[in-house]
Amino acid sequence: MAVDTPIPKTKNAAGATATPTPRTVVRPSSVTLKIIMAVSGIVLVLFLFVHMVGNLKIFLGATDFNHYAHWLRSLGTPLLPETWYLWIQRAGLTIALIAHVYAAAVLTRRARAARPVKYAHRPKIQSSYSARTMRWGGVIVLLFAIYHILDLTTGHLNPNGDREHPYTNVVQDFAPDRWYVTLFYTLAIVAVGLHLAHGIFSAARTLGQQTMKGQRRAKHIAIALSLVLVVGYLSVPFAVLTGLVD
Amino acid sequence: MAENEFWTEGDPIADTAAPDGPVETRWERRRFSAKLVNPANRRKLTVIIVGTGLAGGSAAATLAEAGYHVKSYCFQDSPRRAHSIAAQGGINAAKNYRNDGDSIYRLFYDTVKGGDFRARESNVYRLAQVSVNIIDQCVAQGVPFAREYGGLLDNRSFGGTQVSRTFYARGQTGQQLLLGAYQAMERQIGLGNIEMHTRHEMLELIIVDGKARGIVVRDLVSGEITTEIADAVVLASGGYGNVFFLSTNAKGSNVTATWRAHRKGALFANPCYTQIHPTCIPESGSHQSKLTLMSESLRNDGRVWVPKAQNDKRAPGDIPEEERDYYLERIYPSFGNLVPRDIASRAAKNVCDEGRGVGPGGLGVYLDFADAIKRLGRKAVEAKYGNLFEMYQRITGEDPYEVPMRIYPAVHYTMGGLWVDYDLQSTIPGLFVIGEANFSDHGANRLGASALMQGLADGYFVLPNTINNYLAAGPFPKIDHTHEAVVTARKQVEDRLEKFLTIDGDRTVDSFHRELGHIMWEYCGMERTEEGLTKAIGLIRALKEEFWTRVKVPGTGAELNQNLERAGRVADFFELGELMCIDALHRRESCGGHFRAESQAPDGEALRHDDEFSYAAAWEYFGADGKPVLHKEALEFEYVHPSTRSYK
Amino acid sequence: MDIKVRVWRQSGPGDRGRMVTYDVKDVSPDASFLEMIDVLNERLILDGDDPIAFDHDCREGICGMCSMVINGVAHGPEKATTTCQLHMRHFSDGDVIDVEPWRAKAFPVIKDLVVDRSAFDKIIQAGGYISAPTGTAPDAHATPVPKKDADAAFEAATCIACGACVAACPNGSSMLFTAAKITHLGLMPQGQPERDSRVIDMLQAQDDAGFGGCTNMGECAEVCPKGIPLSLIGRLNSDYRKAVTKG
Repeated sequence: MAVDTPIPKTKNAAGATATPTPRTVVRPSSVTLKIIMAVSGIVLVLFLFVHMVGNLKIFLGATDFNHYAHWLRSLGTPLLPETWYLWIQRAGLTIALIAHVYAAAVLTRRARAARPVKYAHRPKIQSSYSARTMRWGGVIVLLFAIYHILDLTTGHLNPNGDREHPYTNVVQDFAPDRWYVTLFYTLAIVAVGLHLAHGIFSAARTLGQQTMKGQRRAKHIAIALSLVLVVGYLSVPFAVLTGLVD
Repeated sequence: MAENEFWTEGDPIADTAAPDGPVETRWERRRFSAKLVNPANRRKLTVIIVGTGLAGGSAAATLAEAGYHVKSYCFQDSPRRAHSIAAQGGINAAKNYRNDGDSIYRLFYDTVKGGDFRARESNVYRLAQVSVNIIDQCVAQGVPFAREYGGLLDNRSFGGTQVSRTFYARGQTGQQLLLGAYQAMERQIGLGNIEMHTRHEMLELIIVDGKARGIVVRDLVSGEITTEIADAVVLASGGYGNVFFLSTNAKGSNVTATWRAHRKGALFANPCYTQIHPTCIPESGSHQSKLTLMSESLRNDGRVWVPKAQNDKRAPGDIPEEERDYYLERIYPSFGNLVPRDIASRAAKNVCDEGRGVGPGGLGVYLDFADAIKRLGRKAVEAKYGNLFEMYQRITGEDPYEVPMRIYPAVHYTMGGLWVDYDLQSTIPGLFVIGEANFSDHGANRLGASALMQGLADGYFVLPNTINNYLAAGPFPKIDHTHEAVVTARKQVEDRLEKFLTIDGDRTVDSFHRELGHIMWEYCGMERTEEGLTKAIGLIRALKEEFWTRVKVPGTGAELNQNLERAGRVADFFELGELMCIDALHRRESCGGHFRAESQAPDGEALRHDDEFSYAAAWEYFGADGKPVLHKEALEFEYVHPSTRSYK
Repeated sequence: MDIKVRVWRQSGPGDRGRMVTYDVKDVSPDASFLEMIDVLNERLILDGDDPIAFDHDCREGICGMCSMVINGVAHGPEKATTTCQLHMRHFSDGDVIDVEPWRAKAFPVIKDLVVDRSAFDKIIQAGGYISAPTGTAPDAHATPVPKKDADAAFEAATCIACGACVAACPNGSSMLFTAAKITHLGLMPQGQPERDSRVIDMLQAQDDAGFGGCTNMGECAEVCPKGIPLSLIGRLNSDYRKAVTKG
């Protein structure tokens, strides 16, 4: 957070000083907001990777997958009571998400205010398409996350909705006659991929990546990680769709 | 021709501020003898500075640091945009970091000689002395000069000197030095010590009881006219090369600030000394609005030629070797393509006058790199000149690796300016003039990398010391905006603007400016003759009259009106142009940037007449229809004795 | 060639403004873009119309005064080229060219294509300098600077403050401008004492002026006539984080 104590200014030879005008409104600087976005984003990305590894257990069969799901609830026992760890993680993720969305919203509002009159000739995008879709892409990802929780966490929107049998939930969810669910899921995962292709690079830049060589590397790594996530996540519904998993 | 058809001669003048005695200690003694101002009193004293280039920017920052209340004005939207920003080559300083025999005395010697013995020894010696401090100051500000692998500053040789004393920052030295001064200035603005007025133009000087006490300015955005009062006024408004319309100056560069001061009594010295740079990109058509300079270093490897035959319209590649005239190598076998600026420029003009010029309008000569590419390889040529070739291609659309470049001389710098004494004070008490706007240090010709040095010397080190001597007598009697002199000056400005707006003729300001430029270039450019100059004076007077009856300035005075701004500048250029021609006419010798065809050696080289013309010509304004009065300041050379330059 | 230009006309800050179409005949391919507008203006004046106001000065790509968004791109289609150095040979007969001013809250339109960029000066005022009053400097060779740092500082210092970065940025951010100055001064040993306060103050001034925040999109670097790289923003971010953590 920006420190608002005025930096003492030197006097000139005649002893005159100008006191900087005191700032009445304390608001986070744009870089502070960016750091919040980067850190919270990294937390969410790390979660996505762990989550993906869990998902891939589906290829080991129903027993393994269900066992993993049950283990999650008992994670942290006996130090913590059952499901406590899970709730702590959920709370952490929620905080990260809120911070991420809050910072994004403030920055978006400032960006809109920074250009009150639009160009008559629509500017062409010269650098990165994925960078341009961060905001709407982010909203899509958020909506999907809500749906996804209602579907496979709480089970409200799941055709099976049996918390004891997550494997069945998944298989029935992506059944071929529910192709629209798979389609929506696919689009959402691609949106996540696009979001991260720029997001991971952007986080690195915000946290201080500053060489041209490093910039190329950071962009490549961001794209590679996004691809891994997209492939990893999409492998599950398509395995169900093609009957590889049933 | 009767000498007094165009001017009259008045009493000689002398620089009474300069100490005599040994040249090495004159500056030290002047600093000691100059009165000081108590720090507590400084903040009660206001100094107006017009212009924010190297001279104005550095002076504003330094005076503000010293505790004066500074009010600064520039017509651009930020002080950082002053035309000093475009200087490419470098800045000289007698640091002798190369251990190649350089010294303050040698820089002094080279500058006096380079100025063709038409500059003051005292001033030039001081310039060489403070050159050393300038580099220290700029480095402390963070100016990113070129460095060697050991981390120390790099130097190069420049402008034919035998020592390497030029400090540089790639081809953007002016930009980096200006940003240093600009940042120092912004710091003082932030501290409240400088009141900055951007997009403001000075249109008149206010004189009260014989002292410069303020200026009348126009806010270029709102059109509002205001009067600004101070204890002293400093003009740092640059040169007047734009009198030629086409020059390497920025479009906005103008003479108005200094010319208004001249009309109010400040003497204008040596207006005819103009520097014409040989390697500029030629005009491409009637739409041309300015000329672009390319580094002189190109002549190290490029060969200059034109076809032997007149009106040869063949493509350069189709002209066989034996039908080409490498005229610089032919006329100047020992220096060849590397002859000094004035000589290369004049030779180009001569071959074009013979009808052998190339390109549109026949105003250009080839600068050919074919031999260099053959000898060194394209790679090596690219490494040396790649960025210049790129710039040339961007502007002309031609590839200099394939087709020879076309170059032509263009007006680049003006050595003349308001007359100032050793303290940089003009003939109006309280009016100081610094940088290119004054006449003081370069004589009849400026050496490469010396303009930046002079601007910063004046602004950082000279003026802040000498102005104290004047301000020590202040604060001067309080005057306000209703003072008669203030009201009159303001009225003059308003009437003049009103006049421009009401003529409502049928010609644009630019069309007049372009025509004036043609006259100046034709008759008061690289080669001047009595006949041509006399003719030019008549043409300018007729054109000026036409301007005041036929110019059309659209819009009103109460808004951003760029044509109104230009009209005022062009009106002043007419008067200046006339004085330049008169000055050139009266100086019946060739020296530095002034070449009179009547005064040349049998081999066609410039011929000075030291017996008759070893003086600075300071002109006094005598009304729009009156004859200017010539005051001579005799120049004495105790240390560097006049000799003839030869490059054959 | 004959072309049409659609130019933003706005008589003053209070006017809403609109695009107006003009025919320009017999344009020389060797004319610069600004010279083309000059020719048009000469005609407008003689026709009794108000000529188009636009900023320009050096016309050789270094003063940073010229500022036109041409067909949606700041400084037009040529890479690393200011408007004044853009030539008409890059356009074709019959083209319709849109010309607009920089668009940003921090750069309000004064008239037509002229905008007020004093916000940049405010950012520099806040800390874009090294405090070295005249006369206090040690010898220039007192502190060697590694050539690598000096060269990198120079590259960053070539910024001409034209504002194209802001004009192109979808967030209206001036981060590239600020980062260039932070990098220039932060790489010089002379710039170290004020390094922390500089980045905090300059960023504050930038936010206060109404510029948006950076989202690392890179449009700024695409249009920068001096090729200032996007990576410098990472340096600003890093300096800022360190400065704030130090307190």
